[in-house]
Amino acid sequence: MEAWAAEKEQDLKTGNAVSVLQDPMVPEQFRVVRRKSETADTFTLILERAQRDRAFEFQPGQFNMLYVFGVGEVPISISGDPAQHDRLVHTIRAVGTVTRALDKLRKEAVVGVRGPFGRGWPLEKARQHDVVIVAGGIGLAPLRPAIYHLLRHRDAYGRVALLYGARTPDDILYLKELEKWRGRFDMDVQVTVDRAMGDWFGNVGVVTQLVRKAEFNPDQAIAMVCGPEIMMRFTIYELQRRGMQNDRIYVSMERNMKCAIGFCGHCQYGPKFICKDGPVFPYTEIENLFGIREI
Amino acid sequence: MENLDVILKKHPFFHGMTEEHLRFIAGCAANEVYKSGEYLFREGESANKFYFIRQGHVSLELHAPERGVLTIQTLGEGDVLGWSWLIPPYKWHFDARATTLTRVLALDGKCLRKKCEEDYQLGYELMKRIAHIMEERLHATRLQLLDMYGVHA
Repeated sequence: MEAWAAEKEQDLKTGNAVSVLQDPMVPEQFRVVRRKSETADTFTLILERAQRDRAFEFQPGQFNMLYVFGVGEVPISISGDPAQHDRLVHTIRAVGTVTRALDKLRKEAVVGVRGPFGRGWPLEKARQHDVVIVAGGIGLAPLRPAIYHLLRHRDAYGRVALLYGARTPDDILYLKELEKWRGRFDMDVQVTVDRAMGDWFGNVGVVTQLVRKAEFNPDQAIAMVCGPEIMMRFTIYELQRRGMQNDRIYVSMERNMKCAIGFCGHCQYGPKFICKDGPVFPYTEIENLFGIREI
Repeated sequence: MENLDVILKKHPFFHGMTEEHLRFIAGCAANEVYKSGEYLFREGESANKFYFIRQGHVSLELHAPERGVLTIQTLGEGDVLGWSWLIPPYKWHFDARATTLTRVLALDGKCLRKKCEEDYQLGYELMKRIAHIMEERLHATRLQLLDMYGVHA
C-alpha cells in the first residue's frame, strides 16, 4: 500500500480530522423536510434521515457532501444547531449546476448525504476567552452552528462579538436571528453592508472596519473568520492591527472538494487538504500559503 | 463636564500632538448637536469644518437622479468626519446626515487652515493624521468596489 493511502487509512481508523464512517464514499438518503428562501439566490434546506434510525452529530464548522442524484455532488457547510441531532440544516447559494438543482428540491425530495467531514471551529480552545466572529456574505452559514454553541454555553465564554458584512441589505442572511441576537445583552452584533439606498438605517462600509471598534481583548480572544478569501485576508490584517496573534485567528477555507476524505487531491492546498485538514485552519497553519496566487 | 482639550487629548487622532498644538486646536473646537435627520453639511457647501463624532451616527450620502439617495458610508462614535476643509476648493462632495441624535466636536477648518500656513509643524501633524484617515477610507472603498460577495467571489 502506498504511504499516503496508509496514512489516510490510519486517519480513518483513528478518526483524526475525518469522522469515522462505515464507508465515507457511500451517500445516505435524506429527505427534504422544509425549504426556505433566505435571499434572492440563497436558500436553506432542512433534511432528515430517510430511515430516521440514528441521530446526526457534527462539529460546528464541518461540512457534508450533498448529492443530487443524476446531477452531482457538492460540499456544503452545515449551518444548523449542533445540539439538534434529528435535523440537518444547509444554507446554499445557487451558483452552479448542483446547487441550482438543490434549489429546485422541494418537500419530500430525497438527496444523498455524505459526512460530516473536516475539522471545525476551535470552540473548546475558546472556552473562557472572548470570541470575535467575522463573517462575510454566505460565510455566516458555517459560523451559525458555532454561534448556537456559544449562546447555549454562554457562561463558558467571555465577550462574544459577531461582525457580519453583506453586499446589500437584501443579501443579509438570517435576518430574524441577527435581530434576535442583537437584542441580547450578552452579545455584540454589528452588521454592515457594502452598499445601500437611503432607506437603510444600519452601517454602510466593509466588514473589516467593524473589527476596529469591536469590544474584545486581542491578547486572549479567539477569532473565527469565514467569507470570501479576500475578505478574510483583510480581516486578518485588521485583527493583527488590533494586536491579535496569528495563533488566535481561525479561518474556514474553501476549495474544490470532491472525495472529502483526503484521497482525491482536488482540494489540495499546498501540503494540506482542505477537506481533511480543514476546512477550519488556525491561521498559523496556512499563513505561508495564504498569499500564494499559484495555489 | 470635560474641557474640550481633555476630550481632544483622549482621541486617538490627536495622540502624540504637543500641548501647545492641542490648546490651539481646542480653541477652534465647539460642541454641536444634530437631531436625527438633520444635515451636518450638504454637497457643494463650503467645507469650513471637520467633525469628531462623540455620540450617534452619521450617514454620508450622494443623490443620484432616478436612484435616489445612496449611502456611501456610515460613521459612528470615535470617527472623524471630513477632510475637504483642508483641500481646495474647500467644498463638500457628499451630504452628511445624522441618522440618530448625534453629538460632535466641530473644528473650525478656516481657523486651522490659517494656522497651518503659519505653523508648518502643526500643518504636517494634521496632514499626517488626515492622510491616514484618507488611506483607510480609500482602502475600504476599494474593497467595497470589489463586490466581494458577488457570485464570482
